[in-house]
Amino acid sequence: MQKRLLVKGNEAVAMGAIEAGCRFYFGYPITPQSDIPEYISREFPKVGGTFIQAESEIASINMLLGASACGKRAMTSSSSPGISLKQEGISYMAGSELPGLIVNIARSGPGLGGIDASQSDYFQAVKGGGHGGYHTIVLAPHSVQEMYDLTMLAFDLSDRYRVPAMLLGDSVLGQMKEALIPHPYVAPADLPAKDWAVSGKAGRAQRVVKSLYLGDGELEAHNWKLHRKYQEMRERETRCETAGLDDARLLVTAFGVTARIAKTAIRMAREEGLKVGLLRPITLFPFPDKAFADATARAKRVLCFELNTGQMVEDVRLSVSRDADVFFYGRPPGAGSLPTPEELLAQIRKHYKD
Amino acid sequence: MSSALQQVFAHPVSLKDVQTHFCPGCQHGTIHRLVAEAMDQFGVQDRTIGVASVGCSVFLYGYFDIDVVEAPHGRAPAVATGVKRACPDKFVFTYQGDGDLAAIGTSEIIHAANRGEGMTVFFVNNTTYGMTGGQMAPTTLPSQKTSTSPYGRNVANDGYPIRMAELLAQLEGVAYSARVAVNTPKNVVQAGRVVKQAFETQIQGRGFSFVEVLSACPTNWGMDPLTANARVAEEMIPYFPLATFKDTSAA
Repeated sequence: MQKRLLVKGNEAVAMGAIEAGCRFYFGYPITPQSDIPEYISREFPKVGGTFIQAESEIASINMLLGASACGKRAMTSSSSPGISLKQEGISYMAGSELPGLIVNIARSGPGLGGIDASQSDYFQAVKGGGHGGYHTIVLAPHSVQEMYDLTMLAFDLSDRYRVPAMLLGDSVLGQMKEALIPHPYVAPADLPAKDWAVSGKAGRAQRVVKSLYLGDGELEAHNWKLHRKYQEMRERETRCETAGLDDARLLVTAFGVTARIAKTAIRMAREEGLKVGLLRPITLFPFPDKAFADATARAKRVLCFELNTGQMVEDVRLSVSRDADVFFYGRPPGAGSLPTPEELLAQIRKHYKD
Repeated sequence: MSSALQQVFAHPVSLKDVQTHFCPGCQHGTIHRLVAEAMDQFGVQDRTIGVASVGCSVFLYGYFDIDVVEAPHGRAPAVATGVKRACPDKFVFTYQGDGDLAAIGTSEIIHAANRGEGMTVFFVNNTTYGMTGGQMAPTTLPSQKTSTSPYGRNVANDGYPIRMAELLAQLEGVAYSARVAVNTPKNVVQAGRVVKQAFETQIQGRGFSFVEVLSACPTNWGMDPLTANARVAEEMIPYFPLATFKDTSAA
């Protein structure tokens, strides 16, 4: 029989990271993600890992940059205000083509905001939160099991493309407990060797990890190279969960915690005889645009549901079939603002047409 | 050729045989050479990882024939922490200017030093932001005119120049901290000794080592090289004394 554990979402991230061979963690305390550094500081000594509680979010992302430049699997985790502080380092990692995992257990904002679940960091996560025009890989788990599984996937995708990866969770996913079936990590056989990592130049030519390109045409060529990688990811790496698309008249789309609410509301709608389907993006970058185009070739009405005032809906509108109508329902995050399934069901009824 | 002939002066192996972009009279070239000579002497070129900072020293990888990671402005000690923890058997150093280390990167340098990270930091203090065109730095001397202190640094408004070598020497994690200058042949020789002490500190695993080097910036000081060099002795050394402030090997 498979081992089933009752685990907190944050701990599942830490467990997935350790299982995936991550042995370098750099972070700074912030609610609601501190279970991650707490778990790792307890477990890393048992596996020979290096845990540093840094003096700041800025220092921790730069320690990650340094360890990653040496070819090591490394990570940091934080929550929204801390992720803002890390943006400089994420931009440098993107420019230097360094892999690494950044976990955002998002909380509400702007500013200090609050500690409740939020999806208001969608734009920051998927549009390149720092300067210079880049993307990070963004994975959006919606269960404790996915917090574990997608942490492993994030390391693999990040190593494969040499693009920093973000796991975008939220307070609910980080703090809730549910069943987790842990499984051994299996490294993809075709992961490229890290033949760019610094180690001292013994027996080979100098290696330089950098993002500065001043020569005529160099930076443009570098940015085209990054762009080609993002295009390749758009072609090959989109992931989503779908349900009920065959007969759906209305498609509900949501990611992360709101997808859980959406699933309940869709079940209630189906019980009423409404043909409602689900399209849940798992990769927020690359966005599963073809899945939306395909699904809206049939279902011409889409209801996008977010815990913000409308962010992913912009990517949904860009992705759907031209003759599809896109509706939005969302509430800004904050204490008491998490919508109920009944609330979403009312929206489904409002926008449903047979 | 007689076998009695011995080569006593050569280009350091760790330094590429290329022209630098440094201005006439700039002392980065001398400081680069001292670091490269130490690298050669200890035979660590092939296991050295340098961390470049932002400023005139950003092209470190263009001059040193070693592996290099480029850090964001001020973050070199944090990047080097990640590098040293990932590669504890490598020789790891940062090379930073005064704006980088003593202003935007104050947090990173103090905490890397306080953790006793086994890295070596070369801190080039020329009392100005060189690369950006001579703005006021945290080390700009009282009354010194810069492009952002056009009437001279007013300590009532701008505060005081920071003595980083003394400040860091207070921290338990610091094994070695010293200040040198390269304005005279005698000082260059002494600076070379201190640089080697700092290398030894890391190689022996004794903790964090720090060398502050006073350096001339004729271009941004608006001086010819000789006048700029004279200023190091006349104005900088009186405020930034040349000394070894901490050396745990002496204990």
